[in-house]
Amino acid sequence: MGKDYRYIGKETPRKDAREIVTGQAQYFDDISLPGMLYGKVLRSPYPHANIKNIDTSRAEALHGVRAALTYKDTEGWEWGIPKHIRILDSKVRYVGDAVAMVAADTISIAEEALELIDVEYEMLPAVYDVEEATEPGQPQLYEQFTNNTFSEPLPYEPNILRSIQMGDVEKGFAEADVVTEGTCGYEIFPNPLPPEPPGAIATWEAPDRLTVYTPSQSIAYHRFIGLPFVHLNDFRAISTQCGGSYGTKNANLTPVGYAAILSKATNRPVKIYYTKEEHFHSYSARLGCRIRAKVGLNKDGRVTAIEGKWLVNIGAASECGPYEVAVGCGELQIAVQCPNWNLSTGLVFTNNCPCGIVRGFGGQELESAFLPILGLAMEKASVDPVEFFKKNIVKKGGGWFWRDGNWWTFRGADFTKTIDKGAETFGWKDKWQGWGKPTAVNGNKRRGVGVGVHSNADIGEDSSEAQVKLSPDGRVMLNTCHSESGHGQRSSLCKMAAEVLKLPLENVKMSAPDTEVNPFEFALMGSRGTYASGSAVIAAAEDARRKLLELAATKLGTTPDHLDTEDGIIYVIGRPEQRVPWRRIMGFTRTITGEGRFDPDYSLCNFLMTFVEVEVDTETGKLDLINVVNATDAGQIISPASLEGQLHGALGSAGLDTAIFEETVRDTRTGQMLNGNMIDYKWRTFADLPEFTNVILETPVPSHRFGAIGVGEIATSPGPSAVLMAVYNAIGHRIMSYPLTSDKILKALGKVKESE
Amino acid sequence: MSENQFDKEVSSSDDKQCIRLTVNGEPYEVAIGTMHGGVAPSDTLLHTLRETLGLKGTKKGCDHGGCGSCTVIMDGKPILSCMTLTVECDGKSILTIEGLEDRKTGQLHPLQQAFIDNTAFQCGFCTPGILMSAKALLDSNPKPTENDIKQALAGHYCRCISHYEVVKAVTNVVREGDKNG
Repeated sequence: MGKDYRYIGKETPRKDAREIVTGQAQYFDDISLPGMLYGKVLRSPYPHANIKNIDTSRAEALHGVRAALTYKDTEGWEWGIPKHIRILDSKVRYVGDAVAMVAADTISIAEEALELIDVEYEMLPAVYDVEEATEPGQPQLYEQFTNNTFSEPLPYEPNILRSIQMGDVEKGFAEADVVTEGTCGYEIFPNPLPPEPPGAIATWEAPDRLTVYTPSQSIAYHRFIGLPFVHLNDFRAISTQCGGSYGTKNANLTPVGYAAILSKATNRPVKIYYTKEEHFHSYSARLGCRIRAKVGLNKDGRVTAIEGKWLVNIGAASECGPYEVAVGCGELQIAVQCPNWNLSTGLVFTNNCPCGIVRGFGGQELESAFLPILGLAMEKASVDPVEFFKKNIVKKGGGWFWRDGNWWTFRGADFTKTIDKGAETFGWKDKWQGWGKPTAVNGNKRRGVGVGVHSNADIGEDSSEAQVKLSPDGRVMLNTCHSESGHGQRSSLCKMAAEVLKLPLENVKMSAPDTEVNPFEFALMGSRGTYASGSAVIAAAEDARRKLLELAATKLGTTPDHLDTEDGIIYVIGRPEQRVPWRRIMGFTRTITGEGRFDPDYSLCNFLMTFVEVEVDTETGKLDLINVVNATDAGQIISPASLEGQLHGALGSAGLDTAIFEETVRDTRTGQMLNGNMIDYKWRTFADLPEFTNVILETPVPSHRFGAIGVGEIATSPGPSAVLMAVYNAIGHRIMSYPLTSDKILKALGKVKESE
Repeated sequence: MSENQFDKEVSSSDDKQCIRLTVNGEPYEVAIGTMHGGVAPSDTLLHTLRETLGLKGTKKGCDHGGCGSCTVIMDGKPILSCMTLTVECDGKSILTIEGLEDRKTGQLHPLQQAFIDNTAFQCGFCTPGILMSAKALLDSNPKPTENDIKQALAGHYCRCISHYEVVKAVTNVVREGDKNG
């Protein structure tokens, strides 16, 4: 803070603001290609079945149908991590799984054709429970995964973190003042559900060159899912404006796969655009998680040992499961520093909807299930949870095993200041009455408070490259492969380049999110945009500036260190009257390109603590969210309103409200999702907004030119366990599952009986 | 039937065989039927706006009346265009997001400007629908309370959670209106 920046930390309109408010922004369904066909997918009505016979001849005979494909036509293509998801298979594994697909001249012909495909299924028993699925004798989803458990090493990340092993847990338990054990589940498969459904248009420019248009959070990441069938350079991915992602549109795996294969079969561009029903039933739920754990705690609030088993229910397919387990294990260590660990994990396939990449990425799920177990210990030791987190959050010199299996020593800010500031803003000291004790009681209405935390070391994850191209008229093109799905990151990166080059922001433009014209970018995953991508952009802008001043120095007969540039003018430092425009130095037939790169560094993390106050009506069981305070340290704010928006996102995308009303309701007799539409799936409306305050500290991070780190992704993660804690404090009865619907609360209060 | 015969058929037909709409002040006449460029009896207004008239600013979110993304203003009232059949809209006047700014001057509507000034969007997919509902609210009630604004927008699904900034943006427009009025 206190630095006099021109744009950094200042409110500037989003670069795409006018397009968005005038309806001109081009989202996925707003584009089409000449000669384009429409693809549709036949979906399984059964949770687990072999396809005994399948006949597409009647569909193929329908006028306007250009292809009708089954597993027999698509052998060999396997995607997902690990690779196991066949684009089409002879087996279906969840209600909504792909059975066959068609491409036709119009959507209605394609839909009609689906009804003409004759399928004979051999029904198989299904399994939904994560522990049941691992028992011998249960239905097996994949031949290669015995007991439905993934156990193979990953060829591209051989040391990926699969458990937390450290110190000596027996010694740790022996030293503890209290030891508690518990089980908690966060296994409700909520859907992040961006307003725009997923989709893709695919077209093969040559037999080995694929181009895909898709609404994406991380357009550059799409190329990885094509390997080894399409080489990185032969997979051109272009993003449209993206109508929300929350992690789910990082890979767009199934729509990209379907469109690519239908396009290959027809030699025409093919568009696949999911209906909202497909979006609900067949696309990227939040993974399910159950943890059994034992915790040792001292009365001074220090954790001495953690032992347990974390079971991940990834549903019928794993888009990125091993990485979610790895990152989740890393994140928990940051939030709860402990010398002795023995936490094992299991990644388990069941006949639920596939779980994909979702904001929170393993850590939200693990913490939502584990922190309530820690709460049992905190209560037993009479420890205030805010004091607990202050004691146990990572501090300088502490560290963690990260995704790559390596130990990283933390070199970031002191988060206890953030916790103090958040607690003060929330009024924690006045509101906290002790475990199981309400903050206030007014007739049937009982209020309680709770807190949750989350930290992620992904802010410096993976690699980014950027190019900054100066043109003689004082304008700049920033080439990085970033699409816009709501973070405002494209605009924020332009601000960083404009700040380095001291140019008007309107003079800095960013290239289209197209992998063919931009240098390497991993993805806009997690919160890595500000630190990782930002550092690459800053380095590229600095490199361009250096090259410009070197050229100027030779022409002006001085050295670069005597020169500076502002607003497209170069001047001699201390003699601002000697001013030369860029064009006089560069001429009209030259550009200057600066290059920048960021390499992975997992020694920094972000942090968010969420304080909540809830009100429970003990007669009706209704749970209302009254007040939310988010406390974080962003190092340096880049774009204030965009950051506020991201943090308000705590209430959206399968976040905090998964503790209150959001869940996928599945009938395990039929495998059907019962609330797969926008009416029955509950979401927070404008009429139900709690009070909401974001407390944002700015402790500069020295290794970023502007001292900034990203915090956007983590907004959803601390909320669920905070609500669980607050409800316990309000009603004095503990519930160890999600969401806390009225029936569960009334059962906990003993007002209705447990039913089957 | 040749094109000429067809044209004659349509132009000489009674009102039931074509639909007359005014969209953003422009008159449109579209034939009822499944021919190219026609309006099939099953076509929703959303489909007609986007696919037949090429006005892609109105968004299709859920296509079953649950998210508000497709909201347009018909004869002054905000409606869900995905739940409205075009054949029911004969003679109606419709305003879409494309008609919100002053087309002659390019001047944005105060609501649009307020959404920019407050960054009242993240992904922006729900923004056109929200703007249309907000416009309909202010047209019928120039001095809404904060609660009026929240109730008027309660049918709009915004998953990024830009609600706080949206309420602020609309409130700012109301305040400006107060000053000017």
